[in-house]
Amino acid sequence: MKQSALYKMASTSILKNKMRTLLTMLGIVIGVGAVIVMVAIGNGAQSQIKAQIGGLGTNLIIVMPGSGTPGGVNQGAGSFNKLTVADADKLKHDGTLFSSVSPVVSARLQVIANNANWKTSISGVSVDFPEIRNWTPSSGAFFSDVDVKSSRKVAVLGATVVKNLFGDSDPVGAQIQIGKVPFTVVGVMEAKGQNAGGQDQDDAVLVPYSTAQTRLSGNVRIGQILVSTASADDMAAAQDETSAIMRDSHRLDGAPDDFTVRNQTEIANAMSSTTKVMSGLLAAIASISLIVGGIGIMNIMLVSVTERTREIGIRMAIGARGSDVLTQFLVESIVMSLLGGIVGLGVGYGGAALLGHLTGWATATPISAVGIAVGFSGAVGMFFGYYPARKAAALNPIQALRYE
Amino acid sequence: MATMSNQNSVIEISKVKKVYTMGTNQVFALRGVDLTVERGELIAVMGTSGSGKSTLMNILGCLDVPTEGSYVLDGTRVDGMSGNALADLRNAKLGFVFQGFNLLPRTSAIDNVELPLLYDRSGRKLDTRRLAAESLGRVGLGDRLDHQPSELSGGQQQRVAIARALVTQPTLLLADEPTGNLDSRTTVEVMALFQELNEQGITVVLVTHEPEVAQYAKRIVDVRDGRIVRDHPVADRRWAADDLRNMDAARALEPDAVLEEAA
Repeated sequence: MKQSALYKMASTSILKNKMRTLLTMLGIVIGVGAVIVMVAIGNGAQSQIKAQIGGLGTNLIIVMPGSGTPGGVNQGAGSFNKLTVADADKLKHDGTLFSSVSPVVSARLQVIANNANWKTSISGVSVDFPEIRNWTPSSGAFFSDVDVKSSRKVAVLGATVVKNLFGDSDPVGAQIQIGKVPFTVVGVMEAKGQNAGGQDQDDAVLVPYSTAQTRLSGNVRIGQILVSTASADDMAAAQDETSAIMRDSHRLDGAPDDFTVRNQTEIANAMSSTTKVMSGLLAAIASISLIVGGIGIMNIMLVSVTERTREIGIRMAIGARGSDVLTQFLVESIVMSLLGGIVGLGVGYGGAALLGHLTGWATATPISAVGIAVGFSGAVGMFFGYYPARKAAALNPIQALRYE
Repeated sequence: MATMSNQNSVIEISKVKKVYTMGTNQVFALRGVDLTVERGELIAVMGTSGSGKSTLMNILGCLDVPTEGSYVLDGTRVDGMSGNALADLRNAKLGFVFQGFNLLPRTSAIDNVELPLLYDRSGRKLDTRRLAAESLGRVGLGDRLDHQPSELSGGQQQRVAIARALVTQPTLLLADEPTGNLDSRTTVEVMALFQELNEQGITVVLVTHEPEVAQYAKRIVDVRDGRIVRDHPVADRRWAADDLRNMDAARALEPDAVLEEAA
């Protein structure tokens, strides 16, 4: 049997019963539509969480001081700080998987401007910092490599600090005093809001780490080193590389690590896997309606086989093989289901957009939804069409011809 | 089992038995039938209901296989064939005409006639549309290609069915009570068509219980209780075309008779 003739036959018999076909398709339309809406909601939630975590810093690895055990008494994390700017330089220099590295020198000091003052956290960082934290200045500019090299007394303020010291006026170019040291404000970071822990990330002042070490902390040790990797895929490898370079830098040679490496994506993964489970669950519930739609198809195909028993007998008498009859009915149910799937795709897209509009939820319909719609509806058509088609193919031509 | 194969035979069946098992009962539909049909014959199989003629027809039509015995159709051994092979054989060598026409409803005449060609497995490249139209032309329905069965009279529907049977150029035309649903005039018309096709060299086997219809055949085979009880040539064979002419003449002369018949 020619392929073209087969599809023509299927479409003709589908079109002969327009109302019935429409109602049967409706089951698949609703099923596919529901699955797509649910996937869109799950996907939206996931990308929202990803965006939130991405705001903390893209693909972030944090190197922190390790624990020391002087005289057998472990002093806990951070008690044994051996991190230096040299470590950061070595990471930047030797690392193959890193895109940016920045040391962080932290202090908590009073900041004074004009007649206002505010106690905030001061971070001495490198020029890589904006890239690592995915955080850019909204006015002025971040300080430069030259500023770092010559330990210039320049500062970039967070939005909260600006608000408390300068109100609504632009602080770029203004003089402030951090502790007892005068600084020039060169930029303001864009507002970033709270982090996942509820901390105000805008309550910060950023200065070159060199300036922070010499003018503010007076310590060669640094609080932590931030490393961001080129891509999210090789986090584990990047983490291993970080450890290896750090061990090399500290010439540990068999001694236990005197630092800790932590990974931002571990947290991100935990959170996004939760939403993955959620969206999977939603899609699973939605796919029940797809199954119900499939049962509808099976029901109609069974009716159709009974109704067309005589037709099947005629076809067999004039030379149709059982497999021809099977294929004919299977193609009919697949075509019907696929059409339903394609309409359902549109309904799903529209439904997701409407739901997002009405509820304000983030919805994101993935491109893979097209594959889901076509794949699932086709599979449903085949699965639920097989039994009726098999029944048609197994008919005895003599009895089928006599059927009234 | 060796069969003396005559190259000119279309059908050769020997010692064919068919037994249906219904629960514990065995029903002997055919109890040993021998029949040879030569190329170019027009043969009528007669018998009452339950005589086994339908079973014989199903076996001749390769819709069923004998329980015992051999069947050679146009040189091909049929008994013991698989279902698929039987389907291919029906498509290639047989044309069916049924009592109830058995056209696909809501399907145009040309689509109905084209159907057997769509199941052709010989791999030939066929212009199925053209062949279907030609076949319809052959039965005098060249101007009714796009009519649906519901828009055609009974005689015309049976002509469509005959066109469908002819379109594959079968070796054998099998007609099962082809005139059973037709009035007397249309019966003669259809028989005239069968005779005309037979004169063109097509072998026809028709099953009927009407003696008048059988009179148009060249040979009559009587079946009773699963056996062939009589197999004889038709002595006073009738020509349907002549009968049609006579009918028309009679009608022209006796208008009352036409009214009577119509009533």
